[in-house]
Amino acid sequence: MKLLTHNMLTSNIIKGVTKGFPLGIQVSKLEEKSVDFNPDFVARMIPKIDWSALKQAASDVGKGDEIPADIVPQYEQNEDFLKKAHHVLMEIEVIEGELVCPESGRKFPVSNGIPNMLLNEDEV
Amino acid sequence: MALTKRAIPRKYLIHFANEHLDFRIAELKSIFKTFNYEINIPDKDVRDPFMILELPSLDCVKSVASRAILIRSVYELWAHGTTFEDLNNALRQLPKDFVEPHTSRLETFKFQVTSFNKSLSNKQKRDRIECLPSDVLDFQGKVDLKNAKHIYHILEYYGPFGHDPTDQPVDVYFAKWITDGQRDKINEFHLQKRHFIANTSMDAGLSMIMANIGGVKKDMLVFDPFVGSGSLLVAAAIHEAYVLGQDLDYLLLHAKARPSRCNEKKRAQDESIRSNLRQYGMEKYYIDALVADSSRPGLWREITLFDAIITDPPYGIREGAKKVGLHDKDSLINGEIKPGAQHFPQRLDYHLSDIFKDLLNFSAKYLHKNGRLVYWFPVNIQTYSPDNIPTHPCLQLVHNCEQKLNTRLSRRLITMEKFRDFTEDTKEAVIQVDHFETSTFRDMYFNDNNLQKERQNDGQNKLSSDLNKLNVT
Repeated sequence: MKLLTHNMLTSNIIKGVTKGFPLGIQVSKLEEKSVDFNPDFVARMIPKIDWSALKQAASDVGKGDEIPADIVPQYEQNEDFLKKAHHVLMEIEVIEGELVCPESGRKFPVSNGIPNMLLNEDEV
Repeated sequence: MALTKRAIPRKYLIHFANEHLDFRIAELKSIFKTFNYEINIPDKDVRDPFMILELPSLDCVKSVASRAILIRSVYELWAHGTTFEDLNNALRQLPKDFVEPHTSRLETFKFQVTSFNKSLSNKQKRDRIECLPSDVLDFQGKVDLKNAKHIYHILEYYGPFGHDPTDQPVDVYFAKWITDGQRDKINEFHLQKRHFIANTSMDAGLSMIMANIGGVKKDMLVFDPFVGSGSLLVAAAIHEAYVLGQDLDYLLLHAKARPSRCNEKKRAQDESIRSNLRQYGMEKYYIDALVADSSRPGLWREITLFDAIITDPPYGIREGAKKVGLHDKDSLINGEIKPGAQHFPQRLDYHLSDIFKDLLNFSAKYLHKNGRLVYWFPVNIQTYSPDNIPTHPCLQLVHNCEQKLNTRLSRRLITMEKFRDFTEDTKEAVIQVDHFETSTFRDMYFNDNNLQKERQNDGQNKLSSDLNKLNVT
């Protein structure tokens, strides 16, 4: 699971949870996979990103230092910034671990890079 | 400054492939839209594979051909007639300065004769070429059958496919070949050669048509909520869009489901949507695949996330239409599951109408404005009416194309475009007349067979009771 995906997911499917964002990450296996840098795509994604959640997620997986605390102004032209964003959004992948609901503490396992966001039958 | 005659839009001839007739115009219109061309497309009998279009530039022609799956070739139209005499007269009217650049000694060429709904003998073809007005088409260059610079086609239409060919062609065209459509891609991306397939993987051609109709292009983010083996994501990634999907089926996404190919006992460990993209050198467009239940949209952060949603929901025949829910209280597991073990939640039937309403509600919320939702809607041909298609206040219907599955059933590719922002007080999707109210699609599918079986059984029962009577008497 890429941190880009993590940034879009909530646990708002659980009964009683109202925001469910951002999900905590407990990682037991992390991989960095090189992905071709595409500044246009990254720049398109930035407005959709909740940056503080991304920063938090990066810290959760031990990569907090790799992105700045805030989105820089005129990021579209800032290749250095876009490269850092690209790295954190697209290249860092949680292979094994858990996503944790910030309100209920319910855990969603990630195995083989695929998060399992299903609830149990008695939770729906 | 004198504008040359060339500046006016030229006429081009499009030769469509003879399949998915109902999808041709939708694909063509969508591709024009993707490239921001406003083109007037004439109303025409869809069974006729030839269409004359006025297009603004050669770039426009090439853009369309670079994507269209349902176009065989595009030609520069030189002349059109309803008889050969007509055609020759039209060729004689061609301005001299139009033909001249082609007649020099240096311009190699060849002729080809193509006929639709009638096969012509080589002699007939030769005759056609020899009957052309050589005074106008005074080509001085060499004939080159292998690498001709110009290929001139005589194209003849003998009425719709499946009907007896007319004696004389209905239409004849003389045109110069420019480029081919993307028919080759159907083979290049064929499912037979795909690493990871599932039971209902969408065939390559239709997937690519869906991506075209969905307006998928470079740097978009495309989502499939019933992703399966990711066929539709492959089609989207071909156009350099980034892709992600979700599916309820844990075993499938983890390549632990029963294999879909006959004579295979076990799936390879590396079977995945990602490996499918890798196979075509498109792994860089892979974002993620997750195990999730599409009846629960709250999983996604509530902002417009996707440029296009392209999907083939399960109809409940080869793939069960399911969602997570409590089915049987007694078999609930109490307490913690063992570490490392996997819990598979119970599932309930997910009613098709609910699938579609949920899909529309989801799309209205998560699509960008002008983004498209493209999905299949299975129907019983006899009882189908356009009122069966769900509607949503933020989505407008753009295309509705039919693919017949057999004589009773078909599926319709529904394309909707988000034209209004989603707000708190936006109303939910509705279905005016529920196509699946009295019977599921599964029932529709198997109903006739059941009837046949019943009839057979009845027949046998009658026979055996008759025999019994015989025995008795």
